[in-house]
Amino acid sequence: MSASRSAGLGLALLAAGCLAGCSGTSSPEGTETASGQAAGGGTYTIWDPYPQYDKASDWVKLLDTCGTQAGVTVERTGYDTSDLTNKALLAAQQGNAPDVLIVDNPVVSTLAEAGVLTTTAENKLDTTAISPNLIAAGQSGGNTYGVPIGANTLALYYNKAVLDEAGVDIASVKDWASLTAALEKAKAAGKKGITFSAIGTEEGSFQFLPWFWGSGARLTQLDSPQGVSAVALWSDWLKKGLAPNSVINNTQTTSWQEFAGGDYAFAENGTWQLGNAKDAGFEYGIIPVPAKDGGTAAAPTGGEFVSIPVQQDTARYATSQKLVACLTSTDNSFATVTALSYIAPTEAVQTRQSTENPELAVWVEAVKAAKGRTGDDLGTKYPKISEPMWGAVQAALSGAKSPQQAMTDAQTAAASATQ
Amino acid sequence: MTRTAPAPTRRPAVAAGGPVRQGPGHRKAAWAAWGFLAPIVVYLLAFYAYPMYRNLELSLRHYTVRSFVQGDAPFTGFANYLDVLTDATFGPALWHTVVFTVVSLAFQFTLGLALALFFVRNFPLSATLRALFLVPWLLPLIVSSSTWAWMLNSDSGVVNAVLGVLGAGPVHWLTSPDWSLWSVIAANIWIGVPFNLVVLYSGLQAISPSVYEAAALDGATGWQRFRHVTFPLLRPVSAITLLLGLVYTLKVFDLIWIMTKGGPSGSSTTLSTWSYRLGFGNLVPSFGPGAAVGNILIATALAFGLLYIRLQRRQDLS
Repeated sequence: MSASRSAGLGLALLAAGCLAGCSGTSSPEGTETASGQAAGGGTYTIWDPYPQYDKASDWVKLLDTCGTQAGVTVERTGYDTSDLTNKALLAAQQGNAPDVLIVDNPVVSTLAEAGVLTTTAENKLDTTAISPNLIAAGQSGGNTYGVPIGANTLALYYNKAVLDEAGVDIASVKDWASLTAALEKAKAAGKKGITFSAIGTEEGSFQFLPWFWGSGARLTQLDSPQGVSAVALWSDWLKKGLAPNSVINNTQTTSWQEFAGGDYAFAENGTWQLGNAKDAGFEYGIIPVPAKDGGTAAAPTGGEFVSIPVQQDTARYATSQKLVACLTSTDNSFATVTALSYIAPTEAVQTRQSTENPELAVWVEAVKAAKGRTGDDLGTKYPKISEPMWGAVQAALSGAKSPQQAMTDAQTAAASATQ
Repeated sequence: MTRTAPAPTRRPAVAAGGPVRQGPGHRKAAWAAWGFLAPIVVYLLAFYAYPMYRNLELSLRHYTVRSFVQGDAPFTGFANYLDVLTDATFGPALWHTVVFTVVSLAFQFTLGLALALFFVRNFPLSATLRALFLVPWLLPLIVSSSTWAWMLNSDSGVVNAVLGVLGAGPVHWLTSPDWSLWSVIAANIWIGVPFNLVVLYSGLQAISPSVYEAAALDGATGWQRFRHVTFPLLRPVSAITLLLGLVYTLKVFDLIWIMTKGGPSGSSTTLSTWSYRLGFGNLVPSFGPGAAVGNILIATALAFGLLYIRLQRRQDLS
């Protein structure tokens, strides 16, 4: 009696073990029903990196609407951005990739390289209207692997009251020298200079790139005099007390919290903080990150790509394509980017955004000047360059190495990793 | 040493099972025995053996993202281990792991023992106070590590504020390569003391008061009682506390990751944070080397576990 019961328990555990290990079987079941009825029903899965949006949010409502229009049920899961790449790779390995995957743009080339994503030639997505600087992150080897759902980038927020008190005219801030002068004035007035995020993750590289590119440096040569000058700019700010030491561990969120405290003159942060800026309780303004010798520095593009992962049943692509087209079509793109607080990837919608919300105009300009991290034909090499780069920034800011030494070591590491 | 001590106890069991051996009932009993064993065997296979096997396999193949998905990664033997061992990060990471583990264990054990000796006297409110000491243990690690990170923040942390009041300059606890490792060690000690306190406290309670009475009659001082009664009698409990502490400390990852991400510039990177960084902390995961570092950690913990069993056996025999 008890023996048979425990054997049954064993079987149950075996089944449970299989559920964990062989979940790949759940997808083909879904495929059968879907292929039988083509576009006439079935469940389509969408993975996105926006766990902050729940069922009641505009974003999820939009997904449901798109599903209804395509005649299918949409099953959406939101993952943490840093989790999503590995989740997608594991799912692809087990053959149960989602039908639609929305993923951070520098990862697209990596997933494409892994053979996880379909090309636009296969999935028939229309990318003609997308701005070339934004689609670049999704292109490699002559193929395009998705459509940007929206873009964001970095710029400098400033606190008007602090600048007034320090006697700084924001129009005078045009290059690195005048920016540093403004920071010094803010410090002299008893306020604080600038805050940013130099954390030892991709986030740190993302924040460093406007200065790196603004110096005229290229990612293929980290230790060029220009590249070293960008690191030196940041480490000098720290040495002179113009930027807080905490930037070394700041995420963009903690850096924003420092700025929202109201003592900082400047903060380098992204489009997505616009809502928080309105709640900060002080007057703020936004300028593009200045290049070393004046002009606007190229900031890296942030934002995600909508892609269609490879499926065993290729008949599913038609419906997936409808879902993606629904999210990215000119008509719906406005709703999508508004729901996500992004800048649209197409000229037409960008114009509409700046007219309807003049505050976004500066961000539209910034996005137009922005550059994909995996562009310049770097593709899958970018992550291998980015890691030594954020390491070098950390080493220089913490005083472990001189800017020159840090960048020389980083270049050596990047060169050996990308060869 | 070679004399098998447990043999006499085992023999009667065999003898008792003897008479049943011939009958069909025995086979039934054997099946029943396997039935009882099956759940745990399946559980161990599915949740311990298989993941271990996969981790070993990951570390012995050259995985790129492509071959990870396609499943055709070439077997490269110990190439990943060689890469990891010759990596510039390995030496410092190993040293940090050793420092982190040894210093954490030493302080956790000493403080835990001191507190256990203090609380074993059972004074009024001692139970309440002892419960308060358990708080670090009950808090989710993400809460305690974030709180430590806030307290140690260079610019807005309470620790630097207090130092400022006392007239000392700010210390870059988490952002200076000279301090970051010590900061995470301090936080880890705080988290580990309650565990040591609880286990050592229960160990102390198991020591018969009569031994102390005898010692007191012989005129032993407080220190002598501790040195010659408490300490030797507490040795088995101490050993298991230290071993468990070692395993827990070797694998500490979340605390360091939340407080410093192993930085700045690798100054608080241990083998566990390095393993995570290789496998998950980048845009492109390097599963092979990450698994190799993980296996080195497992092997280290296992080695100390075996050492413990060996010492234990020798102790039992003597």
